[in-house]
Amino acid sequence: MNLHGIWAIYRFEMARALRTLWQSVATPVITTSLYFVVFGGAIGSRMQQVGGVNYGSFIVPGLIMLTLLTQSISNASIGIYFPKFTGTIYELLSAPISSMEMVIGYVGAAATKSVALGLIILATSTLFVPLQIAHPLAMIAFLILTALTFSLFGFIIGVWAQGFEQLSIVPALLVTPLTFLGGAFYSIDMLPQPWRTVSLFNPVVYLVSGFRWSFFSKGDVSVAWSLGFIALFMALCLILIAWIFKSGYRLKS
Amino acid sequence: MPVQPILSLAGVGKTYKSGHRALEAVDLEIHKGEIFALLGPNGAGKTTMISIVCGIVNPSEGTITVDGHDAVRDYKKARAMIGLVPQELSVDMFETVIATARFSRRLFGRAPDDGYIEQLLKDLSLWDKRDSKIMALSGGMKRRVLIAKALSHEPDILFLDEPTAGVDVSLRRDMWKLIGRLRERGVTIILTTHYIEEAEEMADRVGVINNGRLLLVDEKSALMKKLGKREMDIALVEPMTTVPGALSEWDLELVDEGHKLRYTFDAQAERTGIPSLLRKLGDLDIGFKDLETSKSSLEDIFVDLVSEREQEEAAL
Ligand SMILES: Nc1ncnc2c1ncn2[C@@H]1O[C@H](COP(=O)(O)OP(=O)(O)OP(=O)(O)O)[C@@H](O)[C@H]1O
Ligand SMILES: [Mg+2]
Repeated sequence: MNLHGIWAIYRFEMARALRTLWQSVATPVITTSLYFVVFGGAIGSRMQQVGGVNYGSFIVPGLIMLTLLTQSISNASIGIYFPKFTGTIYELLSAPISSMEMVIGYVGAAATKSVALGLIILATSTLFVPLQIAHPLAMIAFLILTALTFSLFGFIIGVWAQGFEQLSIVPALLVTPLTFLGGAFYSIDMLPQPWRTVSLFNPVVYLVSGFRWSFFSKGDVSVAWSLGFIALFMALCLILIAWIFKSGYRLKS
Repeated sequence: MPVQPILSLAGVGKTYKSGHRALEAVDLEIHKGEIFALLGPNGAGKTTMISIVCGIVNPSEGTITVDGHDAVRDYKKARAMIGLVPQELSVDMFETVIATARFSRRLFGRAPDDGYIEQLLKDLSLWDKRDSKIMALSGGMKRRVLIAKALSHEPDILFLDEPTAGVDVSLRRDMWKLIGRLRERGVTIILTTHYIEEAEEMADRVGVINNGRLLLVDEKSALMKKLGKREMDIALVEPMTTVPGALSEWDLELVDEGHKLRYTFDAQAERTGIPSLLRKLGDLDIGFKDLETSKSSLEDIFVDLVSEREQEEAAL
């Protein structure tokens, strides 16, 4: 096991974020505050409660999920895409480091960053709304699992992408819409049929629901389903990554 | 006692996805501690060959063994022994010099060693720039950074893909000094170059590659002897317009606007034909004031070889 190698990649990726610390932290904090002003303040004042929870508090898990998903993907995808773009990937490919060790370094760093962001947003939220967390351990577990899974997904996108536009295509065209439609800002019980059933095909519903359960002890679907879904998606990403490295897909010619 | 080669390639070939055949079944053995120059024109397949050994390009066929370790099955052991200075100036622009050298050392599985990194950067005249961002360095400096990265994990084998491309005379001299020191430490060096003088000056053995084929591999001196033609320039008292018919049995040509007769001969041949030529010149009353012989450079040899091959191929 090349632990030094993993650590080198992890440190390198963390240093990249620290260089732009200001942007990395300020952007999500400002965005979150805006969401609270718009959704919590303007809309929430008319909605009051969702399932017994104050609307402002209700949207916190969804907001954190939205950031977690997009940041995990963009962190991990840029992490591996950038060396491909600048050509410095030659060094990674020539190093005595296995593909899984490389993934641990990149995905570990990307997940660390998005978990940190999630916690920052959580802390920001407490400035606007009252919050209590019913299952803190489960909350942390969901945070970490989701960050890891979507960092893996981001890593795959980074390997696949052949231009900067492609890097943002998947987050913009897939993840953000699915998150908005996935009950980030409402409970899918509020939807009329058939949309309620259609929503059950949206994977993000399970993430948001499980995460929200860890705050308020209730979600749109059962926690088991949520966990099962994350596990399934993580397994799929791992299989895909194993295949990518085995075949050298888009990394080696 | 035959020594095990530190690196051996057996039947290594590459066809890129585009269908381009960049390397034909190459067999090559590199001895420990030697400096091997891979010489060939643009697109010959030098970078392809190096990239395959280093694990950047997948070979289409063949096996590579690094000090007894199979480069595919036992890649960690094999790669830990190798350092690569790539042809392109690919560096992390936002990193500092010292951070990138430390990164490379760890990436290759070595524990940090600040003393070693300091000495390395000093050897490469990078110590004063250690805290500079790489993007602020000149091209030649960036190349030194790449060398520092490649040497950061104390490799046994160093690949230098066109180390002196875009490098000025003083840096080139520094580079040769560095290579000399590395060799004293027992590092095996494989470099590619278009600059024949470089191979001629530094290498122990030279491999000539063209169109993906390793045309020949030989000791540099043997290569020079085997293929070395010599030239003798005869400075004439009176310039000529044509070579006299009486001299047709020698391979002569007029150069320098008829002021010199150039005789090309094989230095290894038993009879060079020089004494008889000079006698004949005397008989014909052709006055000459100076004689000068020269060895042909590796460049001439190389051009000859390549064109020979091409003629052979055309004949097929
Ligand atoms: N990724 C690739 N896909 C397809 N063809 C490639 C690829 N890389 C290199 N080639 C082709 O393979 C041949 C050998 O290229 P290579 O880079 O090995 O040459 P080289 O000897 O290093 O040349 P130079 O002296 O210009 O660096 C060239 O014809 C090149 O166009
Ligand atoms: Mg090349």
